[in-house]
Amino acid sequence: MRKTLTAVCALTLSLLGGSAMAQDTVKIGIINAYSGQFADPGAQLDAGIKLYMQQHGDEVAGKKIEIIRKDVGGIAPDVAKRLAEELVVRDGVDILAGALLTPNALAMGDVSAEAEKFMVVMNATTPVIITKSPYMIRTSATASQINGNFGAWVAKQGVKQVYTMVTDYGPGIGSGAAFEEAFKAAGGEVVGQDRTPVVNPDFAPFVQRIAEAKPEALYVWVPGGTQPPALGKALAERGITAKNTKIYGQGELTDDAALEAMGETAAGIITAYHYNVHRDDPLNNEFVKAYRDANDGRDPDIYSIGAYDGMAAIYKALEATGGDASAAALIKAAKGMTWDSPRGPMGIDAETGDVVQTIWIREVQMVDGKPQNVIIDQIDNAR
Amino acid sequence: MSTLIAVLFDGLSYGMLLFLLSVGLSVTLGLMNFTNLAHGAFAMLGGYVTYALVELAGWPFLATLPFAFIVTAIIAAGFEVVLFRRIYKSGELNQVLLTIGVVFASYAVAAFFFGTVHHSVELPGYLKGFVEIGALKLPSYRIFLVVVALLITTVLVGVLEYTRFGAMVRAAVDNGKVASGLGLNISVIFALTFALGSGLAGLGGALAINILFIDPNFGFHVLVPVLIVVSIGGLGSIWGSFVAAAALGIFDVVGKFLFPEVGAFLIYLFMVVILFFRPNGLFARR
Repeated sequence: MRKTLTAVCALTLSLLGGSAMAQDTVKIGIINAYSGQFADPGAQLDAGIKLYMQQHGDEVAGKKIEIIRKDVGGIAPDVAKRLAEELVVRDGVDILAGALLTPNALAMGDVSAEAEKFMVVMNATTPVIITKSPYMIRTSATASQINGNFGAWVAKQGVKQVYTMVTDYGPGIGSGAAFEEAFKAAGGEVVGQDRTPVVNPDFAPFVQRIAEAKPEALYVWVPGGTQPPALGKALAERGITAKNTKIYGQGELTDDAALEAMGETAAGIITAYHYNVHRDDPLNNEFVKAYRDANDGRDPDIYSIGAYDGMAAIYKALEATGGDASAAALIKAAKGMTWDSPRGPMGIDAETGDVVQTIWIREVQMVDGKPQNVIIDQIDNAR
Repeated sequence: MSTLIAVLFDGLSYGMLLFLLSVGLSVTLGLMNFTNLAHGAFAMLGGYVTYALVELAGWPFLATLPFAFIVTAIIAAGFEVVLFRRIYKSGELNQVLLTIGVVFASYAVAAFFFGTVHHSVELPGYLKGFVEIGALKLPSYRIFLVVVALLITTVLVGVLEYTRFGAMVRAAVDNGKVASGLGLNISVIFALTFALGSGLAGLGGALAINILFIDPNFGFHVLVPVLIVVSIGGLGSIWGSFVAAAALGIFDVVGKFLFPEVGAFLIYLFMVVILFFRPNGLFARR
């Protein structure tokens, strides 16, 4: 009933409002976490949007871009759905964007499909999200894109056995499963699996289990924020380093805060990621400098780059359609698009609408006495 | 064998961290009978004091710890005089609402000054890494935590049980009217006691940042484990909090080591079982 109502409302609005509101603005509704536990990644995502608009202006193909921000407050699919409906029905937005967290992205996807609105997932990485709406593209990464390719890469280096430790929730389990599957398919063996709690974990007991098992290699996945440095410290404090155990993980594991916490004990850890703040590339250097200037010196991260490229995709698609913001036109223009991003060459898959990009394999090496992620290999056109 | 000791030590030191965070609450909630959910906010304040002094002013970590205590105590005393004093007698619900409101406000204030990102501090070299005893590797910082916790327990029990101030606090709490009739200045004693409890929270927060990190959510994050420690330990008992925190830490870490699948849940099971048999906690004072 409610779904039909939404659809009817949306339809009426697009018939009445759409034409009446003169086609000279394109409204983008951003659903993001501006408060609560995820306020920090939310802030980074928002800064990515702001920077893109600051650099490229708020006019594309003769249309003025207007952003309407909604705070979803955390993992709250019902709130995300309500906000998306409000954005479509009341505010008359043409495009839905943001989607920091998977459950919210799924809920927004339903609205995008029903109301026929173009949608850009700027962060949530669970693979299945993209199937929720035919009008959806993603500009972040997918858990399997990073970890599946990484699992195959690790096996190719001659690693036979791996112990996995991932955070006990969707993204962690999904990433771990993608890694294990690819690793096993390439002939590897998983000798142990542990799952760590999502909130406030003390990693000591889990690290102790690894010290006891003495595996050849360790694969870890923990969410960004406080956990990578905490885990880094726990490993270093118990003498588990890349010298005695090969350590693999997704890029968060060796972000700057974690490297600082681990110091030289981090040397040798190998991670896979789709964005490197410190990659020396003209486009990236320019992006990082502008981002720091706009954000009190803070570095951009995956949330910032996801949003930055999300805006890039919207601008480029609008240019291609000549300002036509209908979902059908935008998705047609967006699929198959490629462009150069600060993260490297990237594009939108012509079939699925999902992101296609280079996955960078980085090893922590001591550069001028400080641990740094040094790119040692790359997987091009990873899907 | 060395693994067993290492796991037990991890548990003990995690428990000591919980103790350092909660001992102040066993003073304000336990002794003063004030439902003080703002405890976590004061812990966060102490954490930010240490963070600011170490990372922004370049002080050595240890030198900042007394300041984490003092600054938090002074600010908390201000809160006591202006806000909390008015609601000592107006029931738990009002106390819960006002103090949780302080936690929400503390989130916004911390986010304004320090941003939403998490922070840590640079430790001096001798607190980093691990100490090797035979095959045993014990993290230096955790050894330090255990020592500090033992020190604070001794000092606090000494002050509250054996000094005149301690006797005055206990008298003021047990029977305010009679105590003030005997010439004790109840409001000053309460303000001092509240400042002491919150100062301890600040110290706990400062010591916790190296393990838990600090961000504007800190006040909420620590609330649940801290309330568990105080309720298991028994209101108003310093030793109770000490024993409860140690048991909880060991139970939690050993549980996660042996049964990682259910590990995160065991701490709550432990609480339910203890409170089922001892509804007032292990060492209830009242």
